Amino acid sequence: MSKVKVLGFWYSPFVARVKMALKMKGVEFEYVEENIRAKSELLLESNPIHKKVPVLIHDGKAIVETMIILEYIDQTWEGPPILPRDPYHRAMARFWVNFIDEKCLNTMLKACWRTGEEQEKWKEEAILNFQILENEIKGKKYFGGDEISVVDHAANFIAYWFPLISWGRMELVTEDQFPNLWRWSSHYCNHPFVKDNLPPMDVMIPKFKPA
Amino acid sequence: MGEVKLLGGLGFSPYVNRVEMALKLKGVEYEPIAEDVKNKSPLLLQHNPVHKKVPVLIHNGKGIAESLIIVEYIDQVWQEGPPILPKDPYQRAMTRFWAKFIDEKCIIATWKACCSTGEEQEKSKEESMEALKFLEDEIKGKKFFGGENIGFVDIAANFIGYWLPIISEVKGVQLITEEKFPNLWRWMNDYCNDNFVKGILPSKDALVERFKSK
Repeated sequence: MSKVKVLGFWYSPFVARVKMALKMKGVEFEYVEENIRAKSELLLESNPIHKKVPVLIHDGKAIVETMIILEYIDQTWEGPPILPRDPYHRAMARFWVNFIDEKCLNTMLKACWRTGEEQEKWKEEAILNFQILENEIKGKKYFGGDEISVVDHAANFIAYWFPLISWGRMELVTEDQFPNLWRWSSHYCNHPFVKDNLPPMDVMIPKFKPA
Repeated sequence: MGEVKLLGGLGFSPYVNRVEMALKLKGVEYEPIAEDVKNKSPLLLQHNPVHKKVPVLIHNGKGIAESLIIVEYIDQVWQEGPPILPKDPYQRAMTRFWAKFIDEKCIIATWKACCSTGEEQEKSKEESMEALKFLEDEIKGKKFFGGENIGFVDIAANFIGYWLPIISEVKGVQLITEEKFPNLWRWMNDYCNDNFVKGILPSKDALVERFKSK
């Protein structure tokens, strides 16, 4: 039986972050594909409250919630740090991951899926959040500076998933309005380590792109 | 260790109170600076330009925002005082899980259950009951969420322990009763009567007045 297991969906940006973190640390793990319409006993037992992926199972103990898993991986295994070691930079990394996960993702999805007046309201909010990120990435190759960081991975949804979901529905992150975010997205998706670990475009397109 | 300021200090916010608890647990001297939400100071806008909210901790001129992020920062910087989070990676992960659960599932739902009306209130009441049941199970057999001593989750749960009963009383909506949640009820009493916690909580009368007007 494998010591480390990851329960996930192949198309989830959250699962991608966990798999990348384990690979960064050189940790061997068994990946278990879950079915959203028929969640396994193992998933329901490991994450009884939220019943969601990703779940990391290490030595029989389950850890849930993406950022909590990443911090656990960082603390448990040697190898390149996932979060900055310096307390202030670590706090700033947590702040930006929180902003991206709690504010950006939420508003982006609502801007895509809602309709009418409600959609307009969410679009406005999503644009405000993008403007904040646009300012933050200005003058930097990655959110982490010269090197890719946990914040860049938290924004993987913006770089890779969102362009597919919003394509044809609306253009929220245009190159005109957000040149720095656009540039960052390209750097991120073409980074050799990231490229190797993102679900391939030929399976992503049928899953996410509107018909 | 450098100059420490806390924006939002001397107020009524449970989020600011979390940071005050962490600073006092570690014995850190700091300057509390009151903020007026209707007239935010340049210092606040400078150090939390994204959310423009308190609490903000300013340490050696650098600002850190978001209460639980600040508490983790305090725990990492001031190593001499009692640990706020456990050292063991799995225990640490579980501690963070429960603090996040309280923030995302308990606080908003219980607030709305007390302060909203109609269908929104009914839905929030149901959500609150569901969330509180999980907390009830988690506290069973433990004095505090942190074990024998107050920890990260107890700090995160300050709203549940102190603010919520006051809001419940003012609004006439009983959520946590001894009958329905005997373990949580016991924890609330232990928490609010703990000498350390008692000394940091804002006055009940002042909070009652505040919530009467909401």
